[in-house]
Amino acid sequence: MSKKPVQKQEVETTGHSWDGIEEYNNPLPRWWLWTFYLCIIWGIGYTIAYPAWPMINSATAGVMGWSTRANVANDIAAVEEANAPINAKLESVELTAIASDADLNSYAVSAGSAVFKTWCAQCHGSGAAGAVGYPNLLDDDWLWGGSVEEIHETVTVGIRNTENDDARYSEMPAFGRDELLEAAEIDQVVNFVMSLSGEPQDASQVAAGAVVFEDNCSSCHAEDATGDRAQGAPNLADAIWLYGGDYAAIAESVNNARFGVMPPWDSRLTEAQIRAVSVYVHQLGGGE
Amino acid sequence: MAILDKHKILETNATLLLIFSFLVVTIGGIVQIAPLFWLENTIEKVEGMRPYTPLEMAGREVYIREGCYVCHSQMIRPMRDEVERYGHYSLAAESMYDHPFQWGSKRTGPDLARVGGRYSDDWHVDHMRDPQSVVPESVMPKYGYLERTMIDGKYIGDLMAANAIVGVPYTDEMIEAAQADFAAQADPDSDYDGLLERYGDKVNVRNFDGQPGVSEADALIAYLQMLGTLVDFSTFTPDASR
Repeated sequence: MSKKPVQKQEVETTGHSWDGIEEYNNPLPRWWLWTFYLCIIWGIGYTIAYPAWPMINSATAGVMGWSTRANVANDIAAVEEANAPINAKLESVELTAIASDADLNSYAVSAGSAVFKTWCAQCHGSGAAGAVGYPNLLDDDWLWGGSVEEIHETVTVGIRNTENDDARYSEMPAFGRDELLEAAEIDQVVNFVMSLSGEPQDASQVAAGAVVFEDNCSSCHAEDATGDRAQGAPNLADAIWLYGGDYAAIAESVNNARFGVMPPWDSRLTEAQIRAVSVYVHQLGGGE
Repeated sequence: MAILDKHKILETNATLLLIFSFLVVTIGGIVQIAPLFWLENTIEKVEGMRPYTPLEMAGREVYIREGCYVCHSQMIRPMRDEVERYGHYSLAAESMYDHPFQWGSKRTGPDLARVGGRYSDDWHVDHMRDPQSVVPESVMPKYGYLERTMIDGKYIGDLMAANAIVGVPYTDEMIEAAQADFAAQADPDSDYDGLLERYGDKVNVRNFDGQPGVSEADALIAYLQMLGTLVDFSTFTPDASR
């Protein structure tokens, strides 16, 4: 780009001499010098165009009015506007009617899947199969009900949280810790409960356990131990267990009681998002 | 440009060169340092921010000690994908009591700026004990020893006093009551009226790890459960021009 530096004797030196070594005083290459000046001019222009200089109360805003906050607000507004008609429809129709409207259902399931993976998968698993202590949403066993309306209610208010006053709430007594039952009675009732779903149990305790169950547990879990969804009391007669169906897990539940907590989502998600995720969960397989 | 040809004067006079070098460095220094004196005006005024309670502060120390920030950031950037995943973008005011802040730029794990209230306490206990039990695809190490390591908050008042020196509005009363407040927050059966009076009614008072005594897990979960919950975005709208 530039010509070779002129290194003939007519170029003057800087005048220094260090042990006989002298330095030519060549001018800077023109292309370099002009690039340098252009950078300075561009830099000044940039600070005028964009937010830059700190002043007493705030920084200069820049003549182009550029703002990350405005940008993200516009991005979100654009997406909301694009989805506004279908979200409005999703919010206005009956929950039970969504499944019969093919377009709306397909939108709700895809949107619900995204909501589920962002907000629900950490507890219920990315495939909704749950984990110990976190309900499986694929099966037919529901603590608080598996209709789309009941799922919608659970998602909206959550379970046993302190943030929503309407949160679903049930509180099993800690029969062992609070000394409501003797250790022997707990042993009996655990064996009885295990016999209901055919878990290996100590058959000699079952008859006595049935009496303990009748007196202490049946008011919530029902006389046939199939549970009561109005109170969130689990079905104990099937082989589906939230905390495990072995002796130790059931004994722990009877002794100390267990209280799963689910946050309310009405403060974090829009009604359309809650409806979408309810429809998504409902169509996974266990919906009623 | 005759003046540009005069650099020889500077280059051949050591004292002059020193003086002018100093001037140039001074200008560079002012440009970098002076804005810090107006830093306050970059932090918008928000409602709801309060200093950490002693238990949360202890949890924050555990967070820093364990290097949680190496994988987790605490700063939701103003971009649509982040806002949709994590919640409202972070405001400067939300980390104004952080010394040091935990913004970070590397996310092996998710951002935690608004993790408060997103999961139950039980989930946090399960997740610390064995992250893969609840999130099979997670690469997070196990932190089960936190719930077995008991702490008494003996030095938490000193830490708060140190924070007060750098501008966190801890009152003498808060520092004095630090150890009592520390224990009260993890024990819902205690008398925690003083704690709520000092730090507000929204402070979570629970047995966070579900086990007797105050463990490091109690402190860490108390800290995590309040992250990003102080500013109520249903009533506060940030200035869009910032």
